[in-house]
Amino acid sequence: MKNDIILRVIGKLLIPFILLFALYVQLHGDYGPGGGFQAGAIIAAAMVFYAMIYGLSTARRVFPDWLVESMIAGGVLLYLAVGFAGLYVGGNFLDYFVLDADPVTGQHRGIFWIELGVAITVCGVLLKIFYLFTQRGQDQ
Amino acid sequence: MMVAVVALTRSRNLFAVIVLFGLYSFLTATVMVALDAVDVAMTEAAVGAGISTVLLLGALHLCNSEEEKPAHKPWLPLLVTIGTGLVLVYGTWDLPAFSDPVAPIHTHVAPRYLEQGPRETGVPNVVTAVLASYRGFDTLGETMVVFTAGIGIIALLSRRRYVRRGKQ
Amino acid sequence: MTSFLAHYDYWVMIFLAMSGLFIVISRGNLIKKLVGLAILQTSVYLLYLAPGKLVGGTAPIVDAAFTVYSNPLPQVLILTAIVVGVATLALGLALVVRIREEYGTIEEDEILHLDADPADAAVPADPANNTPASQR
Repeated sequence: MKNDIILRVIGKLLIPFILLFALYVQLHGDYGPGGGFQAGAIIAAAMVFYAMIYGLSTARRVFPDWLVESMIAGGVLLYLAVGFAGLYVGGNFLDYFVLDADPVTGQHRGIFWIELGVAITVCGVLLKIFYLFTQRGQDQ
Repeated sequence: MMVAVVALTRSRNLFAVIVLFGLYSFLTATVMVALDAVDVAMTEAAVGAGISTVLLLGALHLCNSEEEKPAHKPWLPLLVTIGTGLVLVYGTWDLPAFSDPVAPIHTHVAPRYLEQGPRETGVPNVVTAVLASYRGFDTLGETMVVFTAGIGIIALLSRRRYVRRGKQ
Repeated sequence: MTSFLAHYDYWVMIFLAMSGLFIVISRGNLIKKLVGLAILQTSVYLLYLAPGKLVGGTAPIVDAAFTVYSNPLPQVLILTAIVVGVATLALGLALVVRIREEYGTIEEDEILHLDADPADAAVPADPANNTPASQR
């Protein structure tokens, strides 16, 4: 599919917008529908689209295996780090209001970081599953 | 949606089954928007209709899309299904009517979240506030489930295929 | 009559759920079983979301222009459930792929037959790959 010019042009036009939209969904989860899960799924979908048009090896150069696997674990670790930060500063586990002098800002901070962690893990897992399925298909 | 599901049940070509499932997911996302659940609709559209369909098609490609063979006449499963359905319908008779403002679901703890959520957390989207702040522990568990599923799939599929060479 | 109109949304969802259940217990193909399971899950999501809706309300994003909101709590629950559902679907599909490679088929009765009678499973189903993976 690399040689089909329509797909290549449309892909180059659409993929940056898809990624931008995913960023918007992630960051505006507080004010509208959205949040970590949706953003992670949309980024994974954009990468799947890229891999389908340009080939799996090219996609692997952009998102190498070690990066995807670190993303899977990194998101969960980020979430736990926010939880432990609450413990460290003096509140309970996963308390956000102690993270800043103003409790509402603390809540914003906590929610921002955990949504980021969730998005990273979801994106990593979905991408890794796609890589494994396609790699299996190429081995057959 | 009912038509899609009936067609899916009767269809034997697996590719058609997967496409009908994608259609069904999209219709579900639309119904969810009609039910005022916009966050859920976005998640269902992205994850259910998008990613699930891709995964099913990938698995179908790996399993070489065999057509399903005709089963024996499914009278017993049909009976069991209809029986269970009738019992469930009997059970839903006592449930509150659709959109009843004094149903227990609306009077217990939801008004508290709706009124004080934005003030306590500074986040107008009450669903995100509840998901990330009030019930943040559940979201941690959910992230761990996704992580575990990823690890499980890596464990299952990352070994290179080896072919058993006939009986010794 | 009013109780029919008030409850028919439950019945539609029960019909969808029972269709999913029917696919799971009566069809032998493993991928179709997984699709039936996914249909069962999706219909249960609708079953949970429907009672939360208030006619005349809006999505639970607090804004000065609206006073009546639909209930946010079932939505939080179902958000988690959707993601968990896709995780189990992916894991189930990985298992189906491995079963296909080991048994050569994904029809349930053939797999049971092969399990009961291991002598039939002497030769793997793809004669095309005769070299072990290390030599590829």
